[in-house]
Amino acid sequence: MRSFTYERAASPAEAAAAAARQAKAKFIAGGTNLLDLMKLEIETPGHLIDVNGLNLDTIEPTPEGGLRIGALVRNTDLAADPRIRRDYGVLSRALLAGASGQLRNRATTAGNLLQRTRCPYFYDTAQPCNKRKPGSGCSAIGGFSRHLAVMGTSEACIATNPSDMAVAMRVLDAAIETVKPDGAARTIPIAEFHRLPGETPHVENALEQGELITAVTLPKPAGGRHIYRKVRDRASYAFALVSVAAVIGRHGEGRFAVGGIAPKPWRMQAAEAELPRGAKAASAALLAGAKTTHDNAFKLSLVERTLGAVLHEARG
Amino acid sequence: MTAPVAITLTVNGERLTRLAEPRETLADFLRRDLGLTGTHLGCEMGVCGACLVMLDGTPVHSCLSFAVQADGSAVETIEGLTESAAVTDLQQAFHERNALQCGFCTPGMLVTAQGLLARKASPSREEIRDALSGNYCRCTGYEAIVDAIETVARRRAASREELPA
Repeated sequence: MRSFTYERAASPAEAAAAAARQAKAKFIAGGTNLLDLMKLEIETPGHLIDVNGLNLDTIEPTPEGGLRIGALVRNTDLAADPRIRRDYGVLSRALLAGASGQLRNRATTAGNLLQRTRCPYFYDTAQPCNKRKPGSGCSAIGGFSRHLAVMGTSEACIATNPSDMAVAMRVLDAAIETVKPDGAARTIPIAEFHRLPGETPHVENALEQGELITAVTLPKPAGGRHIYRKVRDRASYAFALVSVAAVIGRHGEGRFAVGGIAPKPWRMQAAEAELPRGAKAASAALLAGAKTTHDNAFKLSLVERTLGAVLHEARG
Repeated sequence: MTAPVAITLTVNGERLTRLAEPRETLADFLRRDLGLTGTHLGCEMGVCGACLVMLDGTPVHSCLSFAVQADGSAVETIEGLTESAAVTDLQQAFHERNALQCGFCTPGMLVTAQGLLARKASPSREEIRDALSGNYCRCTGYEAIVDAIETVARRRAASREELPA
């Protein structure tokens, strides 16, 4: 691993200001993804700003009747929180479907939102990858692409976002609170947080250099059945081929987002409008314009079947 | 190389101050600087679980944490858990049930088992299996490990019932 300098931040605003001072600075929280990438020299920060001491690890009610989740709340603690389990069951279930218990003990809420793709060519530093090395080309297009995206892709990149948590947060209309290096705070709706690759697949989210996530807020609980169903190659500790996060009402109406198929959690109003007509109609609306490869075309029917299973479960 | 940073932490009950280079992982720090080689390094990417230690009472991968981040924390390794007798019954059950062969994964297995039983006194076999999904064993096929942990859960529950209220 390349060497780097290290500091512990004293406040969120100071952390952001410190990160803006150095071009090669990065924040470190749980580190479960960052250390991995640093060992492979895919991430090579010159300076790490440890944010673990910033006291951003509580879950508090908001005046609007929702919850404000501190950026440093660990995935294990978030999944186990009684309010999350009761009012936002889809989020608790999505968290428990991700990684392993040991990783969830360390992984944070903000870090989970920022985790990088698990595209095998992003991880293989001997191969070209536009995300890792802009302009070098994409090895996944025409390569082994069983796990890769069918929606929201570009000629430059077909990587997926690997998060389970983010799919549930998307269906719950979560918002991301940040502080910028100048001390200004802003709120980014999760729908606008992750970026599609276009010609700049190395730009993955809306954060500016040095901008620090401080919390994720959830609006008032949405009534209905909260379901998260994840389909993967083995029963635990694997990334989703397809996952569905849904909140479904009594007449089959509701909302859903799909993971494992795009560079961000994939959700469309037009598809939700089709929900009462069933999984075939809703998934057809969601997947209009899909671009598949030889390896991942199966995901189109897998989305329909997984959504079908979710709607079946919601009726039961 | 960047300048080492002074860190103060408690390892297996002993408070100590050492210098650590920022890029040194907690696993390397425990093994190389403190000679606590019971923490094993397998995959070095948070998959196999051989490097698990208790960090402030919670099982975490010491290969995915920098030593400098453990400043102010309490770390327990398999050596400390053994010395304090916290896992004696688990070790005994693993031995009785042949829940290890080469033994490389065993320290991590014991840390996971201890963490699971602290959180949930009587886990189902399915819950034990789920907890072990972050621990790889290439010898046993897991069945004996699940048996051993289940046995200890029962024994601990029984001994709690025998205690006067």
